[in-house]
Amino acid sequence: MKKSIQVLAAALVLVLISAFTLSEGYKIGDVAEDFSLKNIDGNMVSLADYEYAKGFIVTFTCNTCPYAVQYEDRIIALNNKYEDKGYPVIAIMPNNTAVKPGDDLDAMKERAESKGFTFPYLIDAEQTVYPKFGATKTPHIFVLQKTDAGNVVKYIGAIDDNYKDESAVTTKYVEDAVDALLAGKDVPLKETKAIGCTIKV
Amino acid sequence: MKIKLLFIATLLFWGCFNGKKPETVAIDALEKNQNKQVDNVSDLEVNDFSDFEKYLKKKDGKIHVINFWATWCAPCVKELPYFEKLNAEYKDQGVEVLLVSLDFPHLYEKKLIPFIKEKKLQSKVVALDDPDMNSWIPKISADWSGSIPATVIYKNDTREFYEQSFNYEELKEKLNPFLNH
Repeated sequence: MKKSIQVLAAALVLVLISAFTLSEGYKIGDVAEDFSLKNIDGNMVSLADYEYAKGFIVTFTCNTCPYAVQYEDRIIALNNKYEDKGYPVIAIMPNNTAVKPGDDLDAMKERAESKGFTFPYLIDAEQTVYPKFGATKTPHIFVLQKTDAGNVVKYIGAIDDNYKDESAVTTKYVEDAVDALLAGKDVPLKETKAIGCTIKV
Repeated sequence: MKIKLLFIATLLFWGCFNGKKPETVAIDALEKNQNKQVDNVSDLEVNDFSDFEKYLKKKDGKIHVINFWATWCAPCVKELPYFEKLNAEYKDQGVEVLLVSLDFPHLYEKKLIPFIKEKKLQSKVVALDDPDMNSWIPKISADWSGSIPATVIYKNDTREFYEQSFNYEELKEKLNPFLNH
């Protein structure tokens, strides 16, 4: 009896530890695991599909968050600027669509068409990918650099320092990060914070 | 003022007409007026972070419960009644709730003010409008990723931060250590 309680306690500790580890997500310097998620065109997309890529601008975003909507044009601009240079945008919608029907695959498809998204817009339907990254909100950006060891997390945070007025932006965090990586330099500001919409579980 | 008097007079008349006691009607009308803390955009206190910081640094022995929310944030809207209840039930024990709206400034008039009026919010509401979020989010808490709802509870130099949603029981649980402090 005593032993079984010990075993149970040990199991509980393990569960707790793994729960905490999962919820923390990637840190700068961690290797991001690849994923296979459904795109709005019905095809499955993985990072491994991008043989030409030097890295990725992984963007957790959605239709229904006003901050994410505020940044849509800037996300498109990022892809237009960096896809050819080897850093495509990979957008992932992390919300539970039962809670946010406005983020379901059909709505995503509609939004992508009306805005003219030039990048894949994937759905994290099982909600297993965003916790690995440690994304907590939309929009939430992770810049990855492809290395021999895998896709290394180089930047986590916001796109720039002014969500409401693009013309008043003084620091373009993501562009600065990708420019530095393309130039073989260290990312100047590796993590930033911004208000966003909590990912709906 | 004239309009207010006219309003009361009209109510008095209406009250008489309906056979109610006119005094009661007049008092009700006054109370309703007092409940409306923010009637239009000019009543709304809008802060950038340097203005707002004072609310995080009070050393008045009161327990300050500061909730960051927005009308577009569904989990925030869901938990607001618990903060309102906390404000009402613990006011006498030195608890002050501050609701900090992170709504977009261009929607103050269209969304925020009507929301405050419709929900008849009793806790103090201020707006925080400071787009350089990376500069101030860490000053509120190093642990804050930036998702809302988020809540700070502090009394003098004792401070806790929560990036989570609350129900009333959970909120009371977080408040309790401060009450006994």
